[in-house]
Amino acid sequence: MPFSYLNACLIVLLTWGAIGLAGLIRPRSVEFAGRTLFPLGAICALVLMLLAIVSIALPTEHAVLPLGLPGLPFHVRRDALTSVFLALLGGAATGISVFSTGYFRKGEGALPGLLCLQYHVFLASMGLVMLADDAYAFMVAWETMALASFFLVTTQHRLAEIRAAGFLYLLIAHVGAIAILLSFGVMQGGSWQFTFDAMRTAHLSPGWATAAFALALFGFGAKAGLVPLHVWLPEAHPAAPSPVSALMSGVMLKTAVYGMLRVGFDLLGTLQWWWGLVALALGLISAFYGVIFAAVQTDMKRLLAWSSIENIGVIFTGLGLTIVFSGVGMGTLAAVALIATLYHCLNHAFMKSALFLGTGAVLHATGERNLGRLGGLIHRMPWVAWLTLVGVLAIAGLPPLNGFVSEWLLLQAFLFAGDVPQTFVNMLLPVGAAVVALCTALAGYVMVKFFGVIFLGQPREPALADARDAGIVERLGLMWLALGCVALGLFPVQVIEQLDHVARELLHLAPGHWSGDWWLLAPSAARHAAYGPLVLFAVTLAVVVIAAITVRALYRRRVQRGPAWDCGFVRLDARMQDTAEGFGQPIRHVFEPFFEMRRELPSPFDAAPRYRVRVGDKLWALLYLPLGASVRATADFVARLQQGRIATYLLYSFVTLIALLALVL
Amino acid sequence: MTALGTFTQLLEITFALLFAPAFLGWVNQCRAWLQNRRAPSLLQPYFGLRKLFHKDAILAENASSLFRLAPYVLFGTMVAAAAIIPSMGTGLPLSTAADSIALVGLLATARVFLSLAAMDIGTAFGTLGARREMMVGFLAEPALLMVLFVAAMISKTTSLPLIAEGLTTRPLALYPSLAFTAVAFTMVLLAENARIPVDNPATHLELTMIHEATLLEYSGRHLAMMEWAAALKLFNYACIGFALFVPWGTSTEAWGPQGLLLAIPLLVVKLALAGAGLALIETLSAKLRVFRAPEFLATAFLLAVLGLLVHLLLGD
Repeated sequence: MPFSYLNACLIVLLTWGAIGLAGLIRPRSVEFAGRTLFPLGAICALVLMLLAIVSIALPTEHAVLPLGLPGLPFHVRRDALTSVFLALLGGAATGISVFSTGYFRKGEGALPGLLCLQYHVFLASMGLVMLADDAYAFMVAWETMALASFFLVTTQHRLAEIRAAGFLYLLIAHVGAIAILLSFGVMQGGSWQFTFDAMRTAHLSPGWATAAFALALFGFGAKAGLVPLHVWLPEAHPAAPSPVSALMSGVMLKTAVYGMLRVGFDLLGTLQWWWGLVALALGLISAFYGVIFAAVQTDMKRLLAWSSIENIGVIFTGLGLTIVFSGVGMGTLAAVALIATLYHCLNHAFMKSALFLGTGAVLHATGERNLGRLGGLIHRMPWVAWLTLVGVLAIAGLPPLNGFVSEWLLLQAFLFAGDVPQTFVNMLLPVGAAVVALCTALAGYVMVKFFGVIFLGQPREPALADARDAGIVERLGLMWLALGCVALGLFPVQVIEQLDHVARELLHLAPGHWSGDWWLLAPSAARHAAYGPLVLFAVTLAVVVIAAITVRALYRRRVQRGPAWDCGFVRLDARMQDTAEGFGQPIRHVFEPFFEMRRELPSPFDAAPRYRVRVGDKLWALLYLPLGASVRATADFVARLQQGRIATYLLYSFVTLIALLALVL
Repeated sequence: MTALGTFTQLLEITFALLFAPAFLGWVNQCRAWLQNRRAPSLLQPYFGLRKLFHKDAILAENASSLFRLAPYVLFGTMVAAAAIIPSMGTGLPLSTAADSIALVGLLATARVFLSLAAMDIGTAFGTLGARREMMVGFLAEPALLMVLFVAAMISKTTSLPLIAEGLTTRPLALYPSLAFTAVAFTMVLLAENARIPVDNPATHLELTMIHEATLLEYSGRHLAMMEWAAALKLFNYACIGFALFVPWGTSTEAWGPQGLLLAIPLLVVKLALAGAGLALIETLSAKLRVFRAPEFLATAFLLAVLGLLVHLLLGD
């Protein structure tokens, strides 16, 4: 077999599968799965990342695999878009697998060997989703991915709420998968060929194209957690073990973005600009909805899950913007928006994985997920705290880290949208920019809460004094992801050079519309907008260092330790700090109409007064409960057919036969 | 990068570092006069800084290294911000590396570090201050961004010096979009710099304070760095306002070194007027309840968005 990057990537995926199966050799051994197989998986991930990065600029490769049904083999294809997403998968999975080496211990619920199988099958199926070049291979990979992640979510299946979360996840995943399948059905356009090549050449009428796009948006939106299809996400992501949460939030959500890009820009080809507005609106709603709910959470993993909804919202906002621009023929701006979208996918993969792994380390050290029982861990777990801080600052969109780069690009795309021919779109887009700005600022709020309550302040429980810092491999995994955040933040020009191949491929642009030096990010020379993170960081760092050295040299006064001042109050204890609920209170207050709140207030005569507030999602009552009720009613109606008497069933068969005969004759 | 540009850059940073406390002193002086009090000296903030630098720093027992790092990070970001803002000249080499969006990002970095440091000790006031600081921030930041967007759309660039240049060359007239944003910007300036009506810089009353609550645990040189950074922040905001709304007199490359001779006295005059105006606003308004602050800032945000829409409608 001749060497091609496509084959090499497939071999990596196969190796992942083999590693997973090897876990079954000694299913009960944590040592074998953890210390031998997971490191091997991490090496595969690293290799995959390198292969993908090297192959981005290379021409497209095809292959037909001798797999699948007779006459229906798997087609695979690697192009720039695939390579970028494979690099994302490999990059994030490297850190997560290294971390997992030390993470999985006895008593996680399922057997270690089984976990190892599910984990690696999950990785391989995500890779196959990105490589698939026909609807059949795509759906097989897609469903394998859903099932593998379902089993991983329900690792601790003995807990009823985890089973419930798994059920909800599986349900929405399948509703979404049906929509995707139907979308492929529409896109084959009467040729009855289900390869992607046939879909590329099929000519759809605008109405059918819109139907295909709408179905794909529904299906992939369900996987991505777009509001209002997000309800499974805050349940399923926290239920999984932390490395799996990291994979699900960091990578799996991006497969949906990949699917959307593939269907929208590659398979459908001609885009109508108003589709973009729909995606944009859904994205903005998700971003806003996600971030305000993240602000009021009290469970650290749930908080991160809601924050994922926000980030997916930002990504879909960029996607929508790309469709609008490319639909009205503004190629250069579309490229900026598309690159912002891809960049944010990469960023989110690294930063959200880092944060989830950070919570995993905290969870292992303390056994607590509730923010109300954490605090002060920066003293006990300095490595985890400082590495998590990198992820926190990155996701809050602060320069010079990576979150800021994609935010900057997205805002630039919004800002220079002024020439869209449709005037009302022109008026709407700046409002979109305002929402993005608001969400970014709110993300900062959420992240201060997240980091401050877990790692800063005084420990809220005495048991936290025994917390130990994470082991060396966990630190290494976290370090890899934190380094990714820093590198993506400081070297945007180099990253964009690679992402630009995708923009050119999908939007059919000529190369060379980016200007600026190797250190200066400048989307367009005509607009005089530039950002040089390296310089900005160097200057700020220089000022910080010079100030610190000067102050120390000039004023050699001692630094004493003493009790906290706290306005002279002496009996300070941990209960006086703000709780997670307290920190979310301003958001609950300002955005009250969006929350469903149930308060339990103590009466003045309570012996043990208790105040509690539960914050719920209004969409449950408004959308899901009526939907569930109507499904049940329909089922009850259909169930009337089921009499339980054999004579009735024979009658049914007889009537059907007569009807069919009448039809045929 | 020209020699003049580098010189202007260094001059701006030095000016900001040296005279930011004086600007704060001037605002305090004006405020005292307006309130029929005897005014403190213009140099009072310098005396305060010197006193603090000469004292021992007392750290709370459970202060982490983040707590000790934060004052320097705040100071560093504020100096970097001062380097981007065209207060005297527009030919700033550093401003090519950071445009107005990056400027907002820098200010946000400072805010996040301030809040994290305030939560580090784990006192009731510290966390309360951090929460309120972020509460003000999450509305003030997008409002500031929208203000900058209007200016950026008018001059077709996000680079602050180029915005200032672009606005200087426009015919002198009242632009409705800029009028809206000017009001929004003033509101943001008041909120972000802990001035009345959002916060009171002179208060240590627990129920009302925002910014001061975040500094309660700092002492000695750390507090001095924090105070200096706060003075720089006020100075920076004033200079952003000048660049957007009264950019005339800012020296451009074409003017050569003589331009600076005009720009420096003009900057001093603008600062004097702005300081007096700020003191007047503070004297005439009453402190809002903390929970009115989001409404105040939401108004600022909406005004800025309105400015944007007006700009798009009228196309001015």
